[in-house]
Amino acid sequence: MSGNEYEFTIKRKDDHGKVSYSDYSVPKDRISTVFEGLLYIKENLDQTLSMRYSCTMEICGSCAVEVNGKPKMACSTIASSLKTDKIRVEPIRHFDVIKDLVVDLDSFFDKYRKGLPYIIREDYGDYSSELLQTPEQFQKYEQYSMCIKCGLCMAACPIVGTDEDYLGPASLTAVLRYNLDSRDEGGKYRLEAIGTEEGTSRCHYAGECSEVCPKGVDPSSAIQKLRWQVFKHEISGLIRGRRK
Amino acid sequence: MGGGLAGLRAAIAAVESNGEITVGLVSKLYPLRSHSVAAEGGTSAVLDPEDNFDLHSYDTIKGSDYLADQDAVEEFVKLVPEQIYTTDHWGCPWSRAEDGRISQRDFGGLSFPRAVFAADKTGFHVMQTLYSRCLMYDRIHFYNEYFATSISVDSNRFNAMTTINLRTGEYTIFQSKSLILAAGGGGRMYRFSTCAHSTTGDGDAIAYRAGIPLKDMEFVQFHPTGLVPSGILITEAARAEGGYLRNSEGKRFMEHYAPTKLEEAPRDIVSRAMMWEIEAGRGVRGGYGNIEYINLDLTHIADKLEERLPMITDIARKFNNIDAAEGPIPVRPATHYTMGGVSVGIGTETVVPGVFGAGENASISIHGANRLGSNSTNECLALGNVAGKKAAEFASSHGIPDLNHDKIREEEKRLWEDIMRRDGGENVAAIRSDLGHTMDVNVGVFKTGEKLESAIKTIYELKERYSRISIQDKSNVFNTELQWALEVGYMLDLAEIVAKGAFERKESRGAHYRKDFPKRDDDNFLKHTIATYTRDGPRLEYSPVRITKWQPAERVY
Ligand SMILES: Cc1cc2nc3c(=O)[nH]c(=O)nc-3n(C[C@H](O)[C@H](O)[C@H](O)COP(=O)(O)OP(=O)(O)OC[C@H]3O[C@@H](n4cnc5c(N)ncnc54)[C@H](O)[C@@H]3O)c2cc1C
Ligand code: SF4
Ligand code: FES
Repeated sequence: MSGNEYEFTIKRKDDHGKVSYSDYSVPKDRISTVFEGLLYIKENLDQTLSMRYSCTMEICGSCAVEVNGKPKMACSTIASSLKTDKIRVEPIRHFDVIKDLVVDLDSFFDKYRKGLPYIIREDYGDYSSELLQTPEQFQKYEQYSMCIKCGLCMAACPIVGTDEDYLGPASLTAVLRYNLDSRDEGGKYRLEAIGTEEGTSRCHYAGECSEVCPKGVDPSSAIQKLRWQVFKHEISGLIRGRRK
Repeated sequence: MGGGLAGLRAAIAAVESNGEITVGLVSKLYPLRSHSVAAEGGTSAVLDPEDNFDLHSYDTIKGSDYLADQDAVEEFVKLVPEQIYTTDHWGCPWSRAEDGRISQRDFGGLSFPRAVFAADKTGFHVMQTLYSRCLMYDRIHFYNEYFATSISVDSNRFNAMTTINLRTGEYTIFQSKSLILAAGGGGRMYRFSTCAHSTTGDGDAIAYRAGIPLKDMEFVQFHPTGLVPSGILITEAARAEGGYLRNSEGKRFMEHYAPTKLEEAPRDIVSRAMMWEIEAGRGVRGGYGNIEYINLDLTHIADKLEERLPMITDIARKFNNIDAAEGPIPVRPATHYTMGGVSVGIGTETVVPGVFGAGENASISIHGANRLGSNSTNECLALGNVAGKKAAEFASSHGIPDLNHDKIREEEKRLWEDIMRRDGGENVAAIRSDLGHTMDVNVGVFKTGEKLESAIKTIYELKERYSRISIQDKSNVFNTELQWALEVGYMLDLAEIVAKGAFERKESRGAHYRKDFPKRDDDNFLKHTIATYTRDGPRLEYSPVRITKWQPAERVY
């Protein structure tokens, strides 16, 4: 902690799939965040390094990486807060690596889409006035609407790691977010869409997702609530079935 | 081209207005990574019966320092309310009053509290809403992380967009009947900026090179409070809630520049005051290398922070390790928005039939010399919608034009046989950094003829160095160095247009301030600058400002 430089070690992967580690020294007075460290390296030391970034203010979800073994947003991770001069940066887990720190997120966004994450209403196309929603109604889903689709929860979740089909914390949270919105009329479609094996039943409530989420979304609690919704939906389906 | 607010809104409008249309949404980022998610404060809309369209128009026109086209503004303000209700139906969590109705609040330059907002995350929530709506349509095909490099226009008809699929490095051609340019602004040609790093003006430069003129590029907005050293935006609410600006002597200085409004004066006035202080040697130093800055002091309103300014309190803590209740936040004026862009008419049409422009990429002009803080997200919605409908209409009544194979091959050569093979040893990042520095220093808050000449000279030198770059990364897959190189090429073109336009505009208007011509000059400069590509650099011409009801008057607040 006393030197003038951070020692970065970055996991690399090239076009041919070859994996290696590169070391770089970054002057402490030139950077504050881990992202700035990566940018310093790319600008001054090694132009071949690839990573994703855009907003640098933890709102666009681009810069998810693993820092010293923990899934984090590079742009909001203050280097000095790591309490060590050695900073190891690797791609987040549970995704295929495209190059260096860049992973393939298509599977994540495909899973996200499976839960029908949009408002479904009958009054299609009539937008002449506002719908009412009290602050109290908003608070029901507020926390769950803060997800920036960064994928950190996916990287932290032990089930995602072993089970390719599991929809994962962020996607399931989005289902709940729309189901709890007083303007929505599509809950039953969503519960049917996810009421399969890939849905809530696989979650073991390990809580890792909520621990790493940079936005305080708490996907773990969302999945618990959602499981209850799925359960109620299935019961009512059974009852309806018997009545027939 | 583009998946920010304007691009997503346009895509939805296109598929909803015509059941046969398919849209290819080409974006160098996953849409939700677009700069638009950073918009914080709000979006202006006339919803309250006590408010009216004329008032919104007037505020916009006065804010523009009378450079806005008034017919366009009048049309625009009428389109906004429906967009607020539409996004409400699609799930946008607009902040609301106890009775469940959408709330509105005050914002810079408004004479009525008409800014609709979603807490301090307006852009973020509207983006989630539009993206979610897009997911309902299989007819919107996402081409994420495809980087557009050029468009081909022949016989006044668009026929193709060339791109690099970043994931594979493959050269990929998109052929379509119409095109919507929605690739955002160019704030990153400056180094110190509140804009996302991806805001590199690609859409402007690509259109310009294809012969589509750009309008009013010299008008670049600076926000007074960019966090040092990152440039992250510290919202103007910090000053509205009573924050003080202090110089290196610990003194408040706004009383010398705006004796009544003090820290709450308009953006351009506060930015200039801060720069006067820094130039007079009263900038604060320390902690951030050589950067001089001003202290934003919130310690006397410590009790308000968590409740009224949660986001910036969090930002100061997360990014600078500063407890805003205990110590000041270092800030400096930062590039924030480009008022100029592809020249379009009220129907978002460019000079090329079938090519439309929306969002920060386009200039109608509604913002003139200075955009009001809450007038961009609404523009993306209202005019993105228009552009989507118009592009769909055009596509349904026209065939697919023939590809110009020669041009497509020429572009392929430019990318792989020219840019990738240059070998002069120049570092792309160094050129970008030097460009940013020149723009900050010589084309910034204060401009003079001398500074601008020096900037133009530097830009020429940088262009020469650019011809000698060496790209170290030889890989095909996710070659972000190649992407940087292309972006820097675009920004060099744009910077030249900005600097030359600013040099020729020998007056001060809105965000454009010339120390050597400190007054607005309506006799000579109440006109738009139109820049057209030529081999020897931009040809500058001027077009009149359209005035309907509001005669130019002095802009006093
Ligand atoms: C910090 C901050 C706060 C703001 N707050 C407000 C506010 O409160 N209210 C307000 O009204 N305005 C605000 N603004 C302004 C507003 O956010 C932007 O002007 C607006 O969001 C721009 O949207 P857009 O759709 O035009 O472009 P962007 O959101 O920038 O999107 C551009 C899109 O184009 C794509 N693209 C770019 N180049 C290429 C290429 N070469 N190939 C393929 N795709 C490409 C990108 O991937 C992206 O999807 C703020 C701006 C900043 C910087
Ligand atoms: S739930 Fe949290 S960790 Fe997961 S994607 Fe959303 S913001 Fe990221
Ligand atoms: S760069 Fe946008 S979240 Fe880090």
